Amino acid sequence: MKALLLSVLWQVVQMALVLALAPLLTGWVRWVKSRLQARCGASPLQPYRDILRLLRKDVVLAHNASWLFRASPYMIFTAIWVAAGLVPAFTSHLALAPSADLIALVALLGSARFFLALAGMDVGTSFGGIGSSREMMIAAFAEPAMMMMVFSVAILVGTTSLAEIADFMVSGTVGLRVSLALALMALVMVAIAENARIPIDNPSTHLELTMVHEAMVLEYSGRHLALVEGAAMLKLLLYMALIACIFAPWGMAHPGDGLGPALWGLVTFAGKMALGGAALAVFETSIAKMRVFRVGDFLGGALLLATLGAIFLFVSRGV
Amino acid sequence: MSNLAYDAAHLLGALVLMMSFALLYQRRLSALLNAFTLQAVALAAAAAWQGYAQHSHHLFITAVLTLVLKAVVMPVALRRIVVKLNIERTIEPALSIGLTMVAGVSLVTLSILLVMPVTEDATALTREDLALSLSVVLLGLLMMISRRNAVSQVVGFMSIENGLILAAIGVAGMPMIVEMSIAFSVMVAFIVFGIFLFHIRERFDTLDVQKIESFRGESQ
Repeated sequence: MKALLLSVLWQVVQMALVLALAPLLTGWVRWVKSRLQARCGASPLQPYRDILRLLRKDVVLAHNASWLFRASPYMIFTAIWVAAGLVPAFTSHLALAPSADLIALVALLGSARFFLALAGMDVGTSFGGIGSSREMMIAAFAEPAMMMMVFSVAILVGTTSLAEIADFMVSGTVGLRVSLALALMALVMVAIAENARIPIDNPSTHLELTMVHEAMVLEYSGRHLALVEGAAMLKLLLYMALIACIFAPWGMAHPGDGLGPALWGLVTFAGKMALGGAALAVFETSIAKMRVFRVGDFLGGALLLATLGAIFLFVSRGV
Repeated sequence: MSNLAYDAAHLLGALVLMMSFALLYQRRLSALLNAFTLQAVALAAAAAWQGYAQHSHHLFITAVLTLVLKAVVMPVALRRIVVKLNIERTIEPALSIGLTMVAGVSLVTLSILLVMPVTEDATALTREDLALSLSVVLLGLLMMISRRNAVSQVVGFMSIENGLILAAIGVAGMPMIVEMSIAFSVMVAFIVFGIFLFHIRERFDTLDVQKIESFRGESQ
């Protein structure tokens, strides 16, 4: 009973933590990036101010916007928030851990994307349509790659539950695996595409004809925009937490641990996110954006790596 | 062999294979040569690690030979050819990248399916090593048939040879003479290729084999 209560408590802390940290992570990435480009850069706290300002502003709706356009931000935000709450960040002792696995995570992200693409087309502007169609093109490549990655990890560990994967990885019985290295590369590529980062999309402008994410949310304003932007920030945190949880779960607390390990888990989680954000900023600064038509090659590469990872499981020792 | 030695050998072999895929993925000649250099470095590292793990010192010689010849001499020479012929920025109208990649994954699957039943009683390391090196050889062949530029066909040929070396270092007790002779025959082949490239260029003004085909006199 005590364990159950504790897991509920950790789950609530986790949900609050991802919500509180997501804007900071985005701000941190922007700050490191502007420093690398020899600009002063806005403070890492700027995204909080942006979101608060947007929440105070009025919503401007197009005349022909339907209920779908108004409902979508809530659906997107909820789906991604729940998904982010499912990825063990500082402890694998979460109340939702037994019921939620990697496949549920992919499904939640997929439904969020579905609503975003529908909302992009709802008002009927040409930019929204372009954005939605491109988002779907990216998803058509990214989702199979993600699923292949999930399959290779699941074959290796024997479960798709994230908490059990983290516990298994941290136990060290798995060793260095080619399949895991390939899965990691595939997941990083998918994460870059899904979060609309360079080289797939440029997150810092909506003044480009090649934009994808910004094109879909161009019609949103006020609290709707705040929710959509918040969901994008949560998604970035989610993918980084996912990579950390599967491939670097060191420092995470486990079922049966007390307060001390959980606090240490929090500290290491913050450290991992800071490192991941800095790495993302360095990568984005050092690379140029791709043409939209090369996105297929990039994500095809991710799919290929994930498939190779799954194939190699069958020649490796002991599976 | 301990788990760590096995895992590291496995990772380095897979790195060589990854570089084969990188070769297939690149469109520009200069990027292609960079990927080829990286493949040679990975191969040298794999050879050195096998030498350490198997306690056979001649593998270190293989590693040094690979590093000097394949990671330094050949890329530099090829780059000079490319610069001299002024085709650095050529983007090859090859078979589409996506299709090539799909073909590549099928070839890797094929080589694994082929190696598995043949080596049932071999150790896991040998089996995997053979699967990896057969894949590298097949991907090199794929590179040679899917590219139209003569320089990238030469690179494809060199990467086939990398696959052969990868197979040779994985099998304990492979005599040094085999690796030496492979290395030197490839060196000779490389020189012949180099001379040929200049001659083709002088004669036909292009290195695109598709265009050269019209000179065969069959179409009339």
